[in-house]
Amino acid sequence: MKEEILIAGFGGQGVLSMGKILAYAGLMDNLEVTWMPSYGPEQRGGTANVTVILSDTAISSPVLDTFDTVVALNQQSLDKFENKVKAGGTLIYDPSGIHHLPTRTDISVVPVDAMQASIELKNSKTYNMILLGALLKLRPIVGTDAVLRGLKKTLPERHHHLLPLNEQALLKGMSLV
Amino acid sequence: MEEEVRLMKGNEAIAHAAIRYGADGYFGYPITPQSEVLETLAELRPWETTGMVVLQAESEVAAINMVYGGASTGKAVMTSSSSPGVSLKQEGISYLAASELPALIVNVMRGGPGLGTIQPSQADYFQATKGGGHGDYHLIILSPATVQEMTDFVALGFDLAFKYRTPAMILADGIVGQMMEKVVLPPQRPRRTEEELRAQCPWAACGKGDRKNRNVVTSLEMDSTKMEQNNLRFQETYRLIEENEVRCQEYYTDDAEYLIVAFGTVARICLKAIEEAREKGIKVGLLRPITLWPFPKKNIGKLSKQVKGILTVELNAGQMVEDVQLAAECRVPVHHFGRMGGMIPNPTEILEALVTKLSIAQ
Repeated sequence: MKEEILIAGFGGQGVLSMGKILAYAGLMDNLEVTWMPSYGPEQRGGTANVTVILSDTAISSPVLDTFDTVVALNQQSLDKFENKVKAGGTLIYDPSGIHHLPTRTDISVVPVDAMQASIELKNSKTYNMILLGALLKLRPIVGTDAVLRGLKKTLPERHHHLLPLNEQALLKGMSLV
Repeated sequence: MEEEVRLMKGNEAIAHAAIRYGADGYFGYPITPQSEVLETLAELRPWETTGMVVLQAESEVAAINMVYGGASTGKAVMTSSSSPGVSLKQEGISYLAASELPALIVNVMRGGPGLGTIQPSQADYFQATKGGGHGDYHLIILSPATVQEMTDFVALGFDLAFKYRTPAMILADGIVGQMMEKVVLPPQRPRRTEEELRAQCPWAACGKGDRKNRNVVTSLEMDSTKMEQNNLRFQETYRLIEENEVRCQEYYTDDAEYLIVAFGTVARICLKAIEEAREKGIKVGLLRPITLWPFPKKNIGKLSKQVKGILTVELNAGQMVEDVQLAAECRVPVHHFGRMGGMIPNPTEILEALVTKLSIAQ
């Protein structure tokens, strides 16, 4: 098993965090993991992306030009990375603010309205966990329990009361696809 | 602290590994893309546990001279920076080499020249392997490709530095500094006691004790006949290092008709390109130097008798390619493919460069 994933969007949308949670979940499931961020001034706004690879064998390149799965969270990312999805792969995007829809037919294109779902959960910070839920429903590479265990390990204890909300967001995301 | 499996950035791993090695001191100044080394050390507060000193100096120059001071007393001390900062440290590094002092220097390279960019690069290869500062000297240069190697090379770098009494450098690219991977952290080693230090470093300026004379650490020698003797002694050390400490890794070289030579993270991108090439029936192998100095001349020399052509892939305008050409002794064409200024080639680009530059018929 090897899954090569790119998550891209605006800085502040939780792109890097979403990748990190996924990487931790991989660690919990005893997989080999690489998490390779764009580390420029993007974290202060602009576009940010992260490449996450999960594999049951050693990982060679942490830098890739095509991906099994792409999660694109703004128009720029969608425009830039739609053609980087391998044939037969998956493209997840958030339709809010998208004017030009993806056109490829050789991949599975899945809109996930995580923005709306996070409003329903009354917490915009659940945005990336909703998307992660959707991603894991489509590509069950790690179990939700691994995600929650990873989250528990990475979140400082003072934030542990947010774990149930994160689980709720994950399940909400799964129900959207 | 026991052995532990963690997910972390290469820079964070350097900090953890330094504490767990039992290092005595770290002196540094922040610069992207290696600031997490100092940040992680500050967060872990080793001065409260192992007694390791962590100090943010007022500049890179101050930091390397603090390393010089600490190393003179036989302590296991280190600094880290990124390209422009390492340029500032060169005077101190030359002094460390000339005073035959062990120390660990980490350079997480970013694009240059000048202030350049914060994105990854390997453009400090010449500076690291050919001296960098003034005078005839070499550093032992370790090139990590994984976060695990970032961890392991802290201990290896210190051990080699003390074994040969010469500074060692971890020459990493910004990718492996910023990337997170699974890593096994070694168990905590105790810091050396004063007695152990005195026994292991009889040259150290750590108090006269029961010695007849004080130890004096200096790089100055006004008598040229003596200075030449010093130089001959340094060169003898370098010869021993070249004889005993070459490290490299070969992949798919058994039946290789073509060879890629690449170091650091780039070697891993090349490995992916090689896997794709082999699917197309191109028999290409990879040699990854782990020590950039001493350089794996013999291994490349041997492979140059087997292959039809060699390509080096580097994040620079062509630096290691010169060492590969020397090692190949004109037996086969040696070409270079590189990206600069913080750009990173992807596996497809590398495969195209391989086919084009080595004129491989498909």
